[in-house]
Amino acid sequence: MPFWWWLQKRVYFNFILRELTCVFVGVFAVLTLLQIQALANGPDAYAEFINRLRTPGLILFNSVGLAALLLHAVTWFKAVPTTITVRFRETRVPDHVIAGLHYVGWMVVSAVVAWFLWPS
Amino acid sequence: MAETIKLTVSRYRPEEESEPTFQTYDVPYNKEWVILDALNYVKDQLDGTLTFRWSCRMGVCGSCGMMVNGTPTLTCAVPLSDYVSSEPIRIEPLQFFPIIRDLVVDMNSFLGKLSSVKPWIIRDDEKPPVEGEYRQTPAELDVYKQFSMCINCMLCYSACPVVGLEPEFTGPAAIALAQRYNLDSRDQGAAERMAVLNEHEGMWGCTFVGECTNVCPKNVDPAGAIQLYKMASATDWFKSVLLPWGSKK
Repeated sequence: MPFWWWLQKRVYFNFILRELTCVFVGVFAVLTLLQIQALANGPDAYAEFINRLRTPGLILFNSVGLAALLLHAVTWFKAVPTTITVRFRETRVPDHVIAGLHYVGWMVVSAVVAWFLWPS
Repeated sequence: MAETIKLTVSRYRPEEESEPTFQTYDVPYNKEWVILDALNYVKDQLDGTLTFRWSCRMGVCGSCGMMVNGTPTLTCAVPLSDYVSSEPIRIEPLQFFPIIRDLVVDMNSFLGKLSSVKPWIIRDDEKPPVEGEYRQTPAELDVYKQFSMCINCMLCYSACPVVGLEPEFTGPAAIALAQRYNLDSRDQGAAERMAVLNEHEGMWGCTFVGECTNVCPKNVDPAGAIQLYKMASATDWFKSVLLPWGSKK
């Protein structure tokens, strides 16, 4: 197999894109942990952390990261019905219902997080 | 409309050449034909030395799988007319398999993997035939029927980059067939198969590219079968850790 096998077909390229974008999921998780650490260190440390996030370099990095994370989430939710088979009264629940429920769950969790973080 | 169509066919005659080469043939364009008909025209009318497998000509035997324009394809199932705009049509043996001759590949590795997952009904205690058959409801049949449609055409192996990167990977069709028997209400061999497939070369080798499902001519969805298998294995592991009394036998 040549090193560039994943450029031979669109499907292979999409697969690599889905897998590599998971790095940004990890990046955002680390960023959140650092944010919590700054919060624990007091108001000054937190303000400094927020100011750093507002620098153009980090805004660009986080914008790219957010796009990659959204791509990762959407491609995984698209794949979820393949991994979960649910039967209700002996009938398989349609794929779009399973995917749709995941999107609803995502929105609910995001709304809860936003409610906690939104400045009053 | 074109009167002839060009086929560029991979040739490998081990007694004559060390590497496969290509040979181009002009065949009559007939919109009623499938790719296999064009190959049979070459074999019967132009070059009797061209070697390829085929049998039923109706998408049941799974013998005539080849790479058509780089995609694993059951050549009896695709019309020639689908390829008129992409002439010449490039026909090669299934990739990731050793080539024996021309378009014929060595299936031994696949057959070994297939038998390793024990694709048959396993019972703890076989009842004698006089006691009758093991009965099953339509709903129980529906649970595994999709995975039972596999015709062992090996297109999924040729589509899977993991098979190309890790030749020891058990592969899509064999794992899908293992899952077919696991889901069968008459079977009791899931634990035996799990011992074989719960390895890196087994289900965990799959990275869920999904192309196996895209090329499957019988809509078996091997990628889905493998992911369901992973879910079952993970669930079993959690049960064994959290609920020692809840793990499967």
